[in-house]
Formats: sequence, C-alpha cells, structure tokens
Amino acid sequence: MPNKTVKWRIGILMLAFWLGGCGEGNWNNPYPQADSKANVLYSSFEERPKHLDPAVSYSATEYQFIAQIYTPPLQYHYLKRPYTLIPLAAAKMPRVRYLDEREQTLPATAESAEIAFSEYIIEIRPGMRYQPHPAFARDEQGRFLYHALSEQQLDAIYTLADFAQTGTRELVAEDFVYQIKRLAHPGLHSPIFGVMSDYIVGLPEYAKTLKQARERETAGLENKKDYYLDLKQYPLAGVSVLDRYRYRIRIKGKYPQLVYWLSMPFFAPLPVEADRFYSQAGLVERNISLDWYPVGTGPYMLTVNNPNLEMVLERNPYFDGEVYPGEGEPGDAEAGLLVDAGAPLPFIDKVVYRLERETIPYWSKFLQGYYDSSGISSDSFDEAVSITTQGEPTLTEEMEAMGIQLQTAVTTSTFYTGFNMLDPVVGGDSQRARLLRRAIAIATDYEEFISIFNNGRGLAAQGPLPPGLFGYREGKAGINPYVYDWVNGRPKRKSIEEARRLLARAGYPNGIDRESGEALVINLDTAASGPDAKARLDWWRKQFRKLNIDLVIRSTDYNRFQDKMRNGTAQIFQWGWNADYPDPENFMFLLYGPNSKVGKSGENAANYDNAEFNALFDRMKNMDNGPARQAIIDAMVDIARRDGPWLWGLHPKAFSLHHAWYKNSKPNLMANNTLKYKRIEPELRAKQRMTWNKPVTWPLWTMLLVFVALILPGIISYRRKEHGIGGSG
Amino acid sequence: MLAYIIRRILYAIPILIGVNLLTFVLFFVVNTPENMARVNLGVKHVTPAAIEKWKTEHGYDRPLLYNRQAAGTASLTDTIFYEKSVRLFVFDFGKADDGRDIGYDISQRMWPSLAIALPMFLVGLLVNITLSMLLAFFRGTYIDMSGVILGVILMSVSTLFYIIGGQYLIGKLWHLVPISGYSVEWPTAIKFLVLPVVIGVIGGIGSGTRWYRTIFLEEINKDYVRTARAKGLSELRVLFRHVLKNAMIPILTGVVVVIPLLFMGSLLTESFFGIPGLGSYTIDAILAQDFSIVKAMVFLGSVLYIIGLILTDISYTLVDPRIRLN
Repeated sequence: MPNKTVKWRIGILMLAFWLGGCGEGNWNNPYPQADSKANVLYSSFEERPKHLDPAVSYSATEYQFIAQIYTPPLQYHYLKRPYTLIPLAAAKMPRVRYLDEREQTLPATAESAEIAFSEYIIEIRPGMRYQPHPAFARDEQGRFLYHALSEQQLDAIYTLADFAQTGTRELVAEDFVYQIKRLAHPGLHSPIFGVMSDYIVGLPEYAKTLKQARERETAGLENKKDYYLDLKQYPLAGVSVLDRYRYRIRIKGKYPQLVYWLSMPFFAPLPVEADRFYSQAGLVERNISLDWYPVGTGPYMLTVNNPNLEMVLERNPYFDGEVYPGEGEPGDAEAGLLVDAGAPLPFIDKVVYRLERETIPYWSKFLQGYYDSSGISSDSFDEAVSITTQGEPTLTEEMEAMGIQLQTAVTTSTFYTGFNMLDPVVGGDSQRARLLRRAIAIATDYEEFISIFNNGRGLAAQGPLPPGLFGYREGKAGINPYVYDWVNGRPKRKSIEEARRLLARAGYPNGIDRESGEALVINLDTAASGPDAKARLDWWRKQFRKLNIDLVIRSTDYNRFQDKMRNGTAQIFQWGWNADYPDPENFMFLLYGPNSKVGKSGENAANYDNAEFNALFDRMKNMDNGPARQAIIDAMVDIARRDGPWLWGLHPKAFSLHHAWYKNSKPNLMANNTLKYKRIEPELRAKQRMTWNKPVTWPLWTMLLVFVALILPGIISYRRKEHGIGGSG
Repeated sequence: MLAYIIRRILYAIPILIGVNLLTFVLFFVVNTPENMARVNLGVKHVTPAAIEKWKTEHGYDRPLLYNRQAAGTASLTDTIFYEKSVRLFVFDFGKADDGRDIGYDISQRMWPSLAIALPMFLVGLLVNITLSMLLAFFRGTYIDMSGVILGVILMSVSTLFYIIGGQYLIGKLWHLVPISGYSVEWPTAIKFLVLPVVIGVIGGIGSGTRWYRTIFLEEINKDYVRTARAKGLSELRVLFRHVLKNAMIPILTGVVVVIPLLFMGSLLTESFFGIPGLGSYTIDAILAQDFSIVKAMVFLGSVLYIIGLILTDISYTLVDPRIRLN
C-alpha cells in the first residue's frame, strides 16, 4: 500500500500548510496572528512614494511617511483652529530681525519697502537624538564603521537592516544648515529650489558654485561612482550656524510665509554622516539611498520599505520630550480629544502601511477591522453614509452598529474651471467677455455637480479662498454677488434667465453671435477620458446647453493637455490647487499676473493679469494678518469675482471613518505629522475582529456536495458504458 | 540541435533591435523628455531651469535618434536611443528615473509574480486538460453539451468580475481567506495565494477547456484510437495513455511558450490582490512615464518570448521523435 501512504502524507502536508497559513484566529486575517493584540496601527497607501529624501519629497503620499520621521523646526498645533504654528525641533518660535540695505536693524513695524533683508534666528531644542542608523556607527577608536565599505562587507548587504551596528548622535544646528544647502545640490531636484532662490540670500549662486565644484572635482576622477560632494566645504551666504543649537536664515526683503516652509520636511535636519554614508557606490547599486531609507529625529523610523507591498514605521527609541497638547478649540474636550493631555508621545509602537491600489478590497478590509481608519470612495459612499433631510451626512445604521465614527472637514483646496484669459472669445477684460463669463458662471450649477459627482462632499466656492484661511468670509459677506443672491440665510444661485440676459448683453442672444449670426461654440480642454469622465462631460454640455451654447469637449492625453496650458491654446479647462500653507497668499498668487503660466511658467493657469489686482497682491503678500490685510483681500476677491477668470468651482469636503478603538482623531488638513497623537485600543480591536470574521464554512461543504452530485452521474454513466455496450458512440 | 539553437539566437538579435526601436518610437510619440521631467518633478513650482537640469542629469538632453551636431558615428551614438538601448543587450537595464537599479528591482519583483502565475498555470493546466478529456469522453451527451455551454458562459465573463466576485464571496462574505495581500514568509504566503489562484483557474476554465476539448476530439477520431479500442482497452486508458500523448504537440504549442512569460506577471491580478510583482512594476512605469523601465520590461518580455518559442521547438522533438531540428 505504499501509494496510499504517500497520498495520505501529501494530504496531511497540505492540511498543515493550510492550517499554518490560517493560524488559530480568523482565517482571513492578513496580519500575523501574534500581532492581534499588539499596539500596532494598520493603514494603507494607494500609490508608492517616489521620494523620501526631504529635499525632494513634495507629495501627500510621501509626507504620510516622512513627516513622522523628520523634524523641521516648526509644526502645526494638532487641535487649535485656525491653524497655528508652534515649535517642533525649535525650542521657541523663530526670532525675526529686519534689516535695511546697509544691514542696519529696522523696527518690527517697518514697512515692507524699507526691508532689504529679514533674518530668522532659530534656536533648536538640545538633547534631541537621531534614530539608530549605521551611518552613525563607530568603532572603538571613534572611526565610522560603514563610511568606506569594502566589497567583502557589501557582499552581505541587501537592505539597511543587514548592518550589524548602528549608532546615534545629538541633533545640532549644523544639520539644519546642511539640509538647506542640499536644496541647491546639483544631483538633487528639489522642487522648491526655484521658490527659495527668490528669497534665501545667495542660494542661486550657491547652486552654481556646487555645480562648478562637482565638475571640477570629478574631472580627474577615474571612479566617479564613489564621488561625494562635500557641502560643508562650501558656505552658503544666507544660512549660517551661530552655535551648536542656533542657526540663522537671511532672506531678501520681507517674506512672512517663510515660517510655513519651516514646518515642511524641506527644512528638516539632515546629518552629514547620512549623506556621506549613502553616497557609496556599493550602496547606490543596491538601491540603498536616502531616498529609500530616511534618517530622522522624529517619533518614528522607517524599518521596512517595500513600497510595492508594505512600509513599516516603528517607534524611534531615542525620541523624547514631546507631549500631547493640553488645549484645543472649543468642543475638543467634550469630544474626548484632551483625555491624553500631557501624555508623552507617540502612543503607538508600530504602524503597518499596506499597498492597496483598489478601493474595493481596501474598503472590505476596513469593514472587517483590518484597517483602523478609512476614507470613503464613491463606490462605498451609500453603504457608509446617508444624507438627512437637512442635507447633513450621517452614518448608516450598519456603520453605527459597528461603532464606526464619521469625521468631515472642508479641505484647504480648490477645484475650479478656468477661462484662458488670452483667448479672444472667453478671455480678456472687455465687458463683453466679462458678461459672457458671468453668464456661464451662473448657468454652471456647481451645487448639482457636488450632489451628483461628489456625493455632496464639497462646498460651492464663492471665490479663490477656501474656508479656514485668513481672509475667507463666511455668510452673506462672503458670497459672490455676481452669481449668488442671499436668500433665507443662505446663498442662492441666480436664475438661468438672469444668465441668459447677461449672455444677450454680451452679444450672444440665445447663444447666437450677434455680429456673425453664428452659434456660439466654446471648447473645454481636458485630459479626462473613460466612462467616469463621460458622465461628467455630459453634465458640462448640459450646463452650456441651458444658454444654448454648444460646448465642444476637446479630450486629449495628459501631456498634450499640459502643452496646451503652457502654450495658452486651451479655452476652458479644469484645474486645482492644494494649499502649501494656510495663508491667502498661497491662493491669491494663482491669479497674480507675473505668475502666469504662458511665458512665465507660473501657477496662474488662467493667465489672468489685472494691474489693480497685481498691485494689491504685492501689498498683501508680505503683510501680517490683521484688519488692513483683510481689507486688501476683500478688495482683491471683489476684483476677481467681477472679472471672473474662473468658475470658482468647489472646495472638496474630506470624509473619513474610523473604528471605535481609534482615538484622538481630529482632521488637521495642514499638519502631516499627526500619527504621534493617535492612540488605539488593541484589545477592543481583537475582540471585534473575532466577532466580525468568523469563517463561514457551509459554502465549502455545499460546493463539495454539488461537485459530487455533478460527478456521480458521470461515473455511473462511465461504468454503464464500460460494462455495457463498451467503446464510444 | 545546437546549431539550430544558435541560429535562432542569432535571429533574435535583429528582432530585439526592432522591438527596441519600436518601443522607443511609440514611447516618444506620446511622451517628450520635457513631459517626463514634469511628471518626475511634480506639478508645483516647476521651473524651466529645473526641467533642463532634470533632462541633463537623466541623459534626455540629447537628440532622440540622430544627432546632427555630431560627426561620424557619434551622430548615431550620441543620441537618447543609443545611450538607453545599447546596454540592454548585455542585460544591463540601468537606472530608473527615480535612481533605482532596474535589474535589482526586476530580480526582486519577479518572484511574487511567479508565486501567483506558476500555481495558476499548473493547476489551470491540470484542471483544463482533465475537464476537456471528460467532455471528450462524454462527447455528444448532455454532459458534453452542458460543459460546452458552461465553457462559453465562463469565457464570456470578464476577469474583473471573477476577481471582484471572488473577493466578495470568499474573502468578504465567507471570511475564508484574506481579501488581498501578500507575504514573503512561507507558509503564511499560502493563505494569500489561494484566492488569486482559485480565481485565475476558474477564470481560465472556459477558454482552456474548449480549446483542449477541440484538440482531443480531433485526435479521438483517428485510426490509432479505433485500433486501441479494438484491442479492448478501456476508454479512460485510451484517452489518458494514447490520445493525451498524441495531442501533446498542439498543447505544447500554446503552453511552453507561455512558461517564460510567467515571470512577467499579471497586471489585473497583481493590482487587485496587492501583489508586488512585475505586472504592477510595468504599469507603474507607464504611468510615471519612466522610459528606462518600460524599455527594460518590453525587452525582457521579448527575450522571454523568444526563449519560449525555442523551448517549444525543442519540446516538439521530445514528444514526437519524428521531428528533427535542423
């Protein structure tokens, strides 16, 4: 019977594999069973981060990770609104000194025109330490262990975890200066180099110096792979170390927005040891780089970086000195957001991020308790949220029964439809074009758009500024009077008859050009395509049809669309902007003439250029927040509304869900380093997972029975055939 | 046979140059180096100087195919096409636009693709051949008719439906396996592989069974089968011992050529199940307009396809002694 024994063994082996995979708990648990009650947060990412180097990284996908690792001088207060900057690596808020052309100190009240330079003196907290990293490891003589790796050493290295020794050191002011110098590194492509070159004294020249230095130093080298450009040898005029814990940034003129940049990873400290370590050719060949393995002083460190599968952050053992905030805005205490006040951060030991490209499996896993929080895609919106008769979103009964909680917040973003102001039909500042744009603005029912395509998740915009920013006005004072009326305490879009009247005044009665007698045809340039886009584009045609205007959709690929925008050949287009920082300047500059896309490669996609608006912007951008600045912003918004270079579009509303065991969650749309404030209750999570994921085995047995029922007649038929008439027919 | 193989390998060189040229032309018809720079540099605060710098750093500041400024052979070699292509022929894939070594990434990502594709391929082959032989055995009966109808229905259903339906039923409703995911640890990986493999096999049953059934029916009416039956062999023995063996050539034609391509992964399966394989690597590269990865993957796919064709030819000689490669 040896065959039978072999079959049994194979069967037992297969069963063992299955059981090994399933473990004792839920069969569908995608995580190790041993971690069921561990203090581990489970999250996901949709798109792999491209860069984790703080000089290069500039997307939300990347900030999700590096904001937990790097510590720039400043950060946003987690709970306070409006958004407030507070020190992070800095011991206190930067001290600002204004200087005139002769470098004489000016009073704090000096006019912008008088200020030739501003100096920011930043003092950092002593005692902060870097995460354990092989770049800091030294031997007994104090020499770096891994800064000159031999081929033999490299043979055993595949990831950063393969280094046996790690070290650390204290964070010093020089690390901040080093990172600012890196913004001009010829081998890096820092996206803010252009912006910062306008402000940081000597930065453009520094980039040239470094480029020349690299060319000079590599000219005679046989092996250029190991070349390392030592930035410490080249001073940067505008940035200098004052002492171990203080450094100074000198900028041209007055630029109050610099403090916002100081809260971004671009200005986080970077140890020179790390740059030196990662520059070794052997590590570059193994894809071990600063872009892949960050080195920071933040609450977490990246211990697994496999962005095609998962990324894991673990608590930095050397992180110390930060506690949960003790104050917030009204209502925070009642919402339980101050329960942990004064407790040391972070709360969670480990965070596992899994790559989830598709929303369906991601949503299903959230409902099974395998993700602690979730956004809501259009596919799952109706399952999660119901809208009350008052238009308020609430959770469905099923979600409430699971203890899930809903949070909403209007984002500091705007999605608008722009008119190319260089276009002879829809553009320009003639009254004719202005009235045409205004008529289209009234006819385009953004409230309906938000209801149909965003599941109500958005706010029809009244101007360029989203809520939550200084300068934004609520209520009647905040409506766009050219498109809305204030009726019964809320904005009401003007009637389509009013739009038709405006269109007739513009010279297009009933959509016919009075001069040529031809029907008015307008082109919408877009990169959108596919079934989802078709419904939206049909909606757009419908809006224009209200005015008897024929809207032609000129769909193209993304590259061609971008070319059209750069060349100014688009007529109407859709565009968006997410705030870099919570200052009106960051939105108003989207309408600033010298910032036009055509010819100047700026962010003013509509190429709007109004001299009065530009002059007001020049005054407003460097002002401190206050009544005077508010008055200028009001004037600017009024000019923009009157000219109407955009259909103001919408400000999206972010909806997020989290389970009952997920604590201290409050939407903060400016801060990215909020992971340290989150807390979970793993016991409750483990219990709920067990309840929600009991395996249902009856389908397996049913399938087995069906299989037998199907195969049995065949076997009987075969036996009859073999023992009956034989052969085949 | 060795001479034949060497000849086929030499034939492959102009094919690979042609494939490479075609990839290059198709890619740069829809993308320009400037577009590539913009995709890499992001959408905010991108200056013309930054774009030029990116192009220079990544070797895209040269002419595409012909350099009018250069003299002699340099007019052909000092071009993007030459610089980006020539090293492929020694399997040096170079660096991706984000600076990562492509060869290293391919070596890492082919294993998850294979972990899904190989069991799906083997189990699928076994199931399809077995079912099609059963249908051939019951040809002309209600079982055959039902099998054919079911096969057509299964063929008509989109792969996406199988994936979403499978995830919903088996993962979400019945909680039998994780809905998606992957593990590099063994045997934990098994619970992640079960669902995609089952779905892949079921999704392939319709077309596979119909194809093999046709092959077997063609064989089953040949003289040697009648002889075997006349000798008194049972129908199962005739089918599995004789018909299967003689049907191997058409089966091998479709099967062996696919084997090397198993490394290349499946885009849809990898995307929905979160498997870090080469399928998702390729689509990421296309979306990121990363020409270095795109050309490396197309080149690799072509090489593997050529290897598959050579292996198919060799396998003919193994199953049919009458065939000689010369």
